[in-house]
Amino acid sequence: MEKKNDWRAWLYLAPVIILLSVFTFYPLISTIVIAFTSDYKYLTQSGSGFDISNFAEIFASKQVDNGDGTFSTVYSDVVKYAIPNTLIIVFVTVPLSIIVSLMIAVGLNSIKAFKKIFQTIFFMPYVTNAIAVGMVFAVIFNDNGLWNYVFRSMGTHWIDQGAPASKAMVALCIYSVWHALPYKILIFLSGLQNIDKQYYQAASVDAAGKFKTFMNVTVPLLSPQILYIMITSFIGSFKEYSSIVGLFGGPGTLKNYRNMYTVVYYIYDSIAAKQVQVGCAAAVMLFIVILIFTGIQFIVSSKRVHY
Amino acid sequence: MANPVTKKLASLWEKVDKKLSNQPSKGTIDTRDIETEHLKLVIKEGTVSIDKLEKIQKVFKILSLVLVYAFLVFMALIVLLPFYWMIITSLKTTTEIRASTQTFWPKTVMWSNYANALSGNFNFPVYLRNTLVVGIVSTLGTLVTTIFAAFAFARLNFKGKDLLFSLLLMTMMIPGEMMVITNYITVANFGWLNGTLWGAYLAMIVPFWVSVLYIYLLRQNFKQIPNELYLAAKVDGKSDWTYLWKVMVPLSSPTLISIFILKLMGAWNSYVWPNLVADNPDFKLITNGLRTAFSSEGNVEYGLQMAATVVVTVPLLLLFIFFRKYIMRGVGRAGIKG
Repeated sequence: MEKKNDWRAWLYLAPVIILLSVFTFYPLISTIVIAFTSDYKYLTQSGSGFDISNFAEIFASKQVDNGDGTFSTVYSDVVKYAIPNTLIIVFVTVPLSIIVSLMIAVGLNSIKAFKKIFQTIFFMPYVTNAIAVGMVFAVIFNDNGLWNYVFRSMGTHWIDQGAPASKAMVALCIYSVWHALPYKILIFLSGLQNIDKQYYQAASVDAAGKFKTFMNVTVPLLSPQILYIMITSFIGSFKEYSSIVGLFGGPGTLKNYRNMYTVVYYIYDSIAAKQVQVGCAAAVMLFIVILIFTGIQFIVSSKRVHY
Repeated sequence: MANPVTKKLASLWEKVDKKLSNQPSKGTIDTRDIETEHLKLVIKEGTVSIDKLEKIQKVFKILSLVLVYAFLVFMALIVLLPFYWMIITSLKTTTEIRASTQTFWPKTVMWSNYANALSGNFNFPVYLRNTLVVGIVSTLGTLVTTIFAAFAFARLNFKGKDLLFSLLLMTMMIPGEMMVITNYITVANFGWLNGTLWGAYLAMIVPFWVSVLYIYLLRQNFKQIPNELYLAAKVDGKSDWTYLWKVMVPLSSPTLISIFILKLMGAWNSYVWPNLVADNPDFKLITNGLRTAFSSEGNVEYGLQMAATVVVTVPLLLLFIFFRKYIMRGVGRAGIKG
């Protein structure tokens, strides 16, 4: 409207702009700068120049003397644990939780009686504390826990001290899926409720079966929600941290081993170790990966997912 | 198929067919005869009669409904199992928890687990006080900044409005991990990590006084308020300020309640940042206290640990039961953005 209102608008925006500048925009730039600073000293907050040595350090493997004249290569925790773990979490929990939550949402959408009660139950994991429930899962999965009692035949020792990473990963994935369900069900259900009933009538006129209708009507019409959930879950899986702290109480099932490490865990550890420059470099890489995924979502949703 | 008109038509044709086959010698059909004659309706699709087909379909429908309910009940039980296990474990004795045969109901109900959990390492009153102070102050601060910014974006006009708004939305793509390290250095430089409770409070509150997502949600809400109300208020000589607080804020109270509850829950559940900035046991928030209180090397007192976990979880569930509508709507709307 009138231009003299300008200063008033900026006054209303001032708190947000100041806070964002200090705690979002400045850190964004500063993190990138630190990531590319060589010889960054945490105490003096200064470095000697610009290079990519911090990035190299994340992936650097060391030659360790075996004591008998031979050397063995020790890969960095990021290469050895964080990246494989993250990939497993991404490619196991994301598809699994999407399929299960989609099935639950379709089921919920097709019933009338008790729908509210089911909706409430399925949303309950959302209003829980990731650490607290992680500890509950730790009780379920520990050596004398329910899981070992029921699945004795599959062997014991899933998450306790000395448990192999492969088994601990099963526990972590089950917990992640459990925790991820409510949000996905909520989004899918609201998407399903918005689908025009006419499509289903048309499908039934064509005598299409239940499964065929689901694959040819429901899934395409739900594709915006599926894409959104897929991208946000990918990003969420890259940032797995609280569930690991809750479930294992630390970065691994073995003492001094970080076999449950993730990239984000590495970033937080770098602060405690006062090695913030490598943490910043890892954060920048995480940021780039997330940008790529967000970009994919943007491109795909503007091209394909439109009905 | 079940349409009565088609049924009737089909039955008529059936009758005609019967008539024709019964009286091949006659060239004409007496229609009155057809109307009055009682013939059993037999319509076939393939080899199954329609009646039978409908019955089969009905059985099929009921069967699939039973399957859907069975699936939902099964999944609901899986979802509920950790809650159930948490509660019964919190009431068991340590020997029962560690027994090789797991029980689905505590043999002896140990209410004393709760008393012991809250009196031991888990300093519940202190954690609760810290969490409530941090949660409420950061929520109120967020509400104020959100209301101001949403008002400016929804109602006022100024140069660079769209640019600034898209810049804000873009910050949502930045992972928090990008900011954590430098923010830690920043609050340290502000002198908030000087080991005092107030410093820790400031460090845990101030960086979280802005939420772009909530600004976005509230702006959408503000925009739905008709322009006429604003113009009427202007005619009445009301300032922007009074209009914001007397009209817009009350009209958007459902969204504001959603934001308030979700933000409060966020404070209750926050772990990472408080873990970094509040290293003194007296500054800890509830989640940090919970994780560290019972993890003594080797034998964890699972009964006490689960009792404390119940204490942390129940307020959230109560909040959910009382504000279910606000929470689910807030979360749902946040998801369907863009």
